[in-house]
Amino acid sequence: MEYLELASIVCAALAVAIGSVGPALAEGRAVAAAMEAIARQPEAANTISRTLFVGLAMIETTAIYCLVIALLLLFANPLLA
Amino acid sequence: MNSPLAATVLYQLGPVPITQAVVTTWGIMAVLVIGALLLTRRLGLRPTRRQAALELVVATLDTQIRETTGAEPSPYRGFIGTLFVFILVANWSSLVPGLEPPTAALETAAALAILVFLSVIWFGVRAGGVGGYLKSFAAPNPVMIPLNILESVTRVFSMFVRLFGNVMSGVFVVGIVASLAGLLVPIPLMALDLLTGLVQAYIFAVLALVFITSTVAEGKPEPEPAPAQPSIKTSKKDT
Repeated sequence: MEYLELASIVCAALAVAIGSVGPALAEGRAVAAAMEAIARQPEAANTISRTLFVGLAMIETTAIYCLVIALLLLFANPLLA
Repeated sequence: MNSPLAATVLYQLGPVPITQAVVTTWGIMAVLVIGALLLTRRLGLRPTRRQAALELVVATLDTQIRETTGAEPSPYRGFIGTLFVFILVANWSSLVPGLEPPTAALETAAALAILVFLSVIWFGVRAGGVGGYLKSFAAPNPVMIPLNILESVTRVFSMFVRLFGNVMSGVFVVGIVASLAGLLVPIPLMALDLLTGLVQAYIFAVLALVFITSTVAEGKPEPEPAPAQPSIKTSKKDT
């Protein structure tokens, strides 16, 4: 079953590659918006950065899901067992 | 290379396999409990240096809880503070050579997430009774009941995958780089892991707090709108 192994390796790479594009763009936008907000209201920097961190972690979870899927494909693939 | 999803079994305790993550967890628990006992042994009104440092930690936790929820921190301080401190120490335990953070294993992250799931039920029932807790599922309106039930499971699952994925990916990347490049190269990545570990501990605690307080707020009996109107009238009279 070389075909299945090859397919899972390619798909794992694709999952991480494509799955990291969206969160990267989203995190960029979130940080940009937070920077703008802090520049306008420096006294609210604490609240903004706290919310920013929580939001960033939420966004990053999407990429982490892709990573987990990729690792599942590579290390715990039910089709290869 | 070892699979990051597999657990290393150290020895068998009867039918139960004891993995490395569990042993590390026991070690962290012992350090935290004994440390807390020793540090809080002689508390006085005139704080010593040690006590002042401890009070700083507790006061910071309290401020964070109050700012996140707007509620009094005392009911949540124990659980949320323990979650935060434990996950932080667990994430940073990779600094000790030879240790792997237990949160990088599936079972520890899953156990922590299940704890959050149970604590949401516990705090919800304690605040509004069983009826109030059940009512919180019908929060905006009863159409949302299936979605709310689904959400209560999926949000905990997402916490589990988030904690596990973040910590495990850090350990995994450091392992790959160390096996490819050599001894000192992964140090910047490990420094990044420290930041990730802190942020993830914070996120986990804050999310648990948000879930708990939203359930508590939705399960509470409706505040009567009656007192609001007289106050407006009186204010009109005053003006």
